Amino acid sequence: MESSFYQALRRNRLAMIGLYGVILLMLTAFLAPLLAPYPPNLPNADAVLLPPSWQYPLGTDDTGRDLLSRMLYGARVSLEVGLVAAGISTLLGVILGAIAGYYGRWVESLIMRFTDLMLCFPAFFLILAVIALLDPSIINIMIIIGLTSWMGVARLVRAEFLTLKHREYVLAARSLGAGNMRIIVRHLLPNAIAPVLVAATLGVAGAILLESGLSFLGLGVQPPEASWGNILRQSKDNLEIAWWLSVFPGLAILLTVLSYNLLGEGIRDALDPKLR
Amino acid sequence: MILYLCKRLLMMLPMLLGITLVSFAVIQLAPGSPSDLMVDMNPQVSDLARERLHKFYGLDKPVLEQYWNWLKNLAALDFGQSFAPDGRPVWDKIVERLPITVSINVLSLLLTFLVALPLGVYSAVHRGSWLDKGITIFVFIGFAAPTFWLALLAMMLFGVHLGWLPISGIQAMNHDALSWGGKAADYASHLFLPVLLSSFVSLAGLSRYMRSNMLEVIAQDYITTARAKGLRERAVICRHALRNALMPVITILGLSVPGLIGGSVIFESVFAIPGMGKLFYDGVMARDYPLIMGCLVLGAGLTLLGNLLADIGYALADPRVRREGR
Repeated sequence: MESSFYQALRRNRLAMIGLYGVILLMLTAFLAPLLAPYPPNLPNADAVLLPPSWQYPLGTDDTGRDLLSRMLYGARVSLEVGLVAAGISTLLGVILGAIAGYYGRWVESLIMRFTDLMLCFPAFFLILAVIALLDPSIINIMIIIGLTSWMGVARLVRAEFLTLKHREYVLAARSLGAGNMRIIVRHLLPNAIAPVLVAATLGVAGAILLESGLSFLGLGVQPPEASWGNILRQSKDNLEIAWWLSVFPGLAILLTVLSYNLLGEGIRDALDPKLR
Repeated sequence: MILYLCKRLLMMLPMLLGITLVSFAVIQLAPGSPSDLMVDMNPQVSDLARERLHKFYGLDKPVLEQYWNWLKNLAALDFGQSFAPDGRPVWDKIVERLPITVSINVLSLLLTFLVALPLGVYSAVHRGSWLDKGITIFVFIGFAAPTFWLALLAMMLFGVHLGWLPISGIQAMNHDALSWGGKAADYASHLFLPVLLSSFVSLAGLSRYMRSNMLEVIAQDYITTARAKGLRERAVICRHALRNALMPVITILGLSVPGLIGGSVIFESVFAIPGMGKLFYDGVMARDYPLIMGCLVLGAGLTLLGNLLADIGYALADPRVRREGR
């Protein structure tokens, strides 16, 4: 199954573009200290609001900091928040969905009603409300985004488990004396992992978008630490004169989210035998 | 139908209770008590005053009792008083802002439907054509572009460089002096960009959804039947396929409510529109707890209402749904 999955993924040109985009982003984020031509937070009074040039490839901001260097470091923040937040939400969704789907009855109704309830809240409202109470450090943002976006995964895993748990191999495992825990982890989860993988990939994209939105509102990553969202927030003051400050960071967010989305959709198509 | 409606309404009650529970729990996360913040700002407040404040907000009572009192007040639409200097009731503050947010969202939903439905139908019917591919690319970009960034770009282009449109607020300085038609034009020019941009975002999702619905319907037997009996392609698509593909869109309408309300925080703060989203944002910045709680409860309540309307619409459109309720 594995090799045919990779073949299907390889044949999907858009998915490969997405994969290369994701790899490129990870490399840039990882190598930011080597790639950045200037220190990201060092003001330079002689280079204020310069347009893109050979010396400053993407221009400078209103305190003379190099935009390219700031964006390279910003890539680290985006990626970190995206991966950790999506990790938290996927883990939480898998655990809750698995428990609900496997045990059924009142446990299931309780968990699923709670899921419905969480879906009622406009995500942005809930996140902002919590951030208002805690301080907006990167760790808090990751946790909050993770805690408010697990619902999709939970529904997905529950639905998979509902059909999987009546399969014969589950009965076989149980008659051989396997406990509930072992059945869930060793027999059911591996068979339900495909859609989870897709949801997790798309979840990274969603978390990166959310983080940039929060930072743009001033409630995410705090300056001087650079994030694509807070660079855009600062660009608002110089909208008339410094187009580069608004255009490039947004483009970076767009391309990153696009890459993850393309990859996620590609994995979905590659896993779906009907589409092969 | 009435029976279905009653059942549906009854189902909302536990959800409403849950919403209040979650909102209340969120506020309990706050380190210290809400009144500390008001007091910390002002060093002259004595311990006595602090205690009095505590008592005023009922913070000296056990948590459960606090929740119960808060709930009792909510039932009477008393959301408490804002911490802002004006100290006005939260309910009044929200209600006067709500019409702006709701009308922008309704307008942008209408625009989304007007554009997304034809787009989705066209790309399904002409699957694989150049235009279909173009629409797909557009959809992917629409999914990935941060809305506030698009708003910034639009402000830069139309507001600053071309100078065609105002970029903040909902009315000009001389609004009151304008004639009736001038007032309408003034609102239109201020709301044009926010409405356009917020519909751009939902456009991507809806046209994609419409396309896959349509593809599914076109593959059904009754479409083959319709074609086999010699109907023109136009009639097959418009009369037989479209109607069935439209059904699930009603549900999407309901599901899009929380996203729209959440998105209004960003739009309204970018364009400085005095709606509920901006109110909430300002409340968050000022740590105005009663206001935050009120907006949270009301935002979720609006979502619940949206889902209810969608379900009613679905039941009206599909007799099978309302019979199931019996």
